[in-house]
Amino acid sequence: MYQTTYHRPTSLAEAARLFSEAGDAAYVSGGHTLIPAMKLRLSAAANLIDLRHVGELKGISVTADEVAIGAGMTHAEVAGAAEVKGAIPALAGLAGSIGDAQVRHLGTIGGSVANNDPAADYPSAVLALAGTVETDRRAIAADDYFVGLYETALEEGEIVTRVRFRVPEAAGYAKFRNPASRYPMAGVFVARHGDGSVRVAVTGAGNSGVFRAAEMERALAADFSADALKGIALDPADMMGDIHGSAEYRAHLVTVMARRAVQNLGQALAFV
Amino acid sequence: MSRVELTVNGRSVAREVEDRTLLVHFLRDHIGLTGTHVGCDTSQCGACVVHLDGRAVKSCTVLAAQASGGEVVTIEGLAAGEDLHPVQAAFREHHGLQCGYCTPGMIMSAVDMIRRYDGQLDEKTVRHELEGNICRCTGYHNIVKAILAAAGTMRQEDMRAAAE
Repeated sequence: MYQTTYHRPTSLAEAARLFSEAGDAAYVSGGHTLIPAMKLRLSAAANLIDLRHVGELKGISVTADEVAIGAGMTHAEVAGAAEVKGAIPALAGLAGSIGDAQVRHLGTIGGSVANNDPAADYPSAVLALAGTVETDRRAIAADDYFVGLYETALEEGEIVTRVRFRVPEAAGYAKFRNPASRYPMAGVFVARHGDGSVRVAVTGAGNSGVFRAAEMERALAADFSADALKGIALDPADMMGDIHGSAEYRAHLVTVMARRAVQNLGQALAFV
Repeated sequence: MSRVELTVNGRSVAREVEDRTLLVHFLRDHIGLTGTHVGCDTSQCGACVVHLDGRAVKSCTVLAAQASGGEVVTIEGLAAGEDLHPVQAAFREHHGLQCGYCTPGMIMSAVDMIRRYDGQLDEKTVRHELEGNICRCTGYHNIVKAILAAAGTMRQEDMRAAAE
């Protein structure tokens, strides 16, 4: 790891001020993506601004329509929150399926959503649950937020403060994991909303990051069953292909995982 | 440089270290607690697991500066003098190790797991919870046996303590 200077603000305003004064800076929360990247010298921020002690980023609130989770909440906290389990069990399950127990003790929802790793779990839930990403400057609808691989609508120095999810009538998540890295090679979050709409979001498989599968959404809106997805095949040209699996393989996996998500509503299932 | 202040195994320690110092290196190189191991150094193997503020974390993926102000428990902090912690005793009894390299992390993860589940563990849960700890010798069978046995012992100890 290159040299870096550590800063510990205790408010959002102080964090933003440190960032703008520091020049070359990065925010760190759980640090479970950034610290490994810095160790590999893939990332080399001269200043690290730790958001873990910013109280404004904590907390969970749930209403009949919405679950709002502070950006600083860890995966373990979200997975264990009775109010999240009650309102959107598949979301709590998804949080509990990220990485391993030790990673979940530190990794945060804000960090995951800000980093937008193409194989991260949370982005699929944000998109399928018609979420809103709140920052210290504005609120961004999920459909406008995820731009590409590791790319979001966030501007330089902007801080994710809260992620809001629409409470669905029913939702399910299923992923097929890479047996070594444990990241999804295809993860599909399916949600049926009160207005009759269905949203299907896919992570891990697309060649430009998380995306909505429009054809699956149409099929499920007409008939919300796993059988409605039979015969739907995504275009391998839009999929990622690498040593772990070809684009064709991932396109196939997406349909399999989507079917399993619909068959297991209220759960988050991880295969392999 | 940062001044890092920690409570490690109940003892206050403070050192001036480079901001980039990882917690595991702080423990091993700066305060001489070499029981915590560096295995993969990529957050996967779990040989470096310690407890930070009561939760199991991978100390190769936390800066000492991030942990500053907190409480750390390492493998050296589990035994009460000559009396092994129930998880340590169970690993010995059930032969839950061969080369021993992963053992400190396995034991720290096991203690955290038993606490989180209040001792109510079954084999499937233990295997699932061990996802973040890799052992290349044992095939895990005896590690799982040791954790289940220790969970039973700790539950009995808790019940005895509650009764007294």
